[in-house]
Amino acid sequence: MAVTVSIPTILRSHTGGQKSVEATGETVLEVIDDIESRHSGIKARLVKDDKLHRFINVYVNDEDVRFAGGLEAKVSDGDTVTILPAVAGG
Amino acid sequence: MLQIRRELVDKIVAHARADHPDEACGVIAGPAGSDDPQRFIPMLNAARSPTFYEFDSGDLLKLYREMDERDEEPVVIYHSHTATEAYPSRTDIKLAAEPNAHYVLVSTRDPDEHEFRSYRIVDGVVTEEPVRIIEAESEPTQAEQRR
Repeated sequence: MAVTVSIPTILRSHTGGQKSVEATGETVLEVIDDIESRHSGIKARLVKDDKLHRFINVYVNDEDVRFAGGLEAKVSDGDTVTILPAVAGG
Repeated sequence: MLQIRRELVDKIVAHARADHPDEACGVIAGPAGSDDPQRFIPMLNAARSPTFYEFDSGDLLKLYREMDERDEEPVVIYHSHTATEAYPSRTDIKLAAEPNAHYVLVSTRDPDEHEFRSYRIVDGVVTEEPVRIIEAESEPTQAEQRR
């Protein structure tokens, strides 16, 4: 499954400045692993202890994957995956 | 240095006062690369807390899509501290993810006077910066316009 992944500013150092990259996979985790194979280091910024980092939001199209199976959320051909760090603090 | 119009400063402070004692948060977007804050976008604090703020995840996606369509970026990201000074907390520093943004902190701990300060937060390093408030220019008089 080919999807387009939107990369936030803070992670573009891993993608040579690209705002979006193409990737393949059946789930969000497979998509992340596919990006990692070409842009080393990005996975550690997104995944911690086999879970999505608490303050990283990932969306498949309009849906926050936290409510759709997390890293196991399914992706389909042509989907847009958007990565956005939370805007949060204390 | 952050340069920002008086009207936008007033809106941020009014939002912080309105949500006190919970923290208020939002963005001022501007054209990408301009460093010019223009469009005031107050956000809901999904945490509804006096010690924490977080944009709702659905609102966050809408906000970034909209800015992307308009070729904007978050020039200012603001939030309030309601019981402490207007200085980034450890959590603020850890979670700051927009190295190009001015992080504005407003303290509403004093009911009569507010603190309004701005910072860069990059890779865990906080740098305070001066704030220059641009006062509204007075309308030219009719006599001046005729010249």
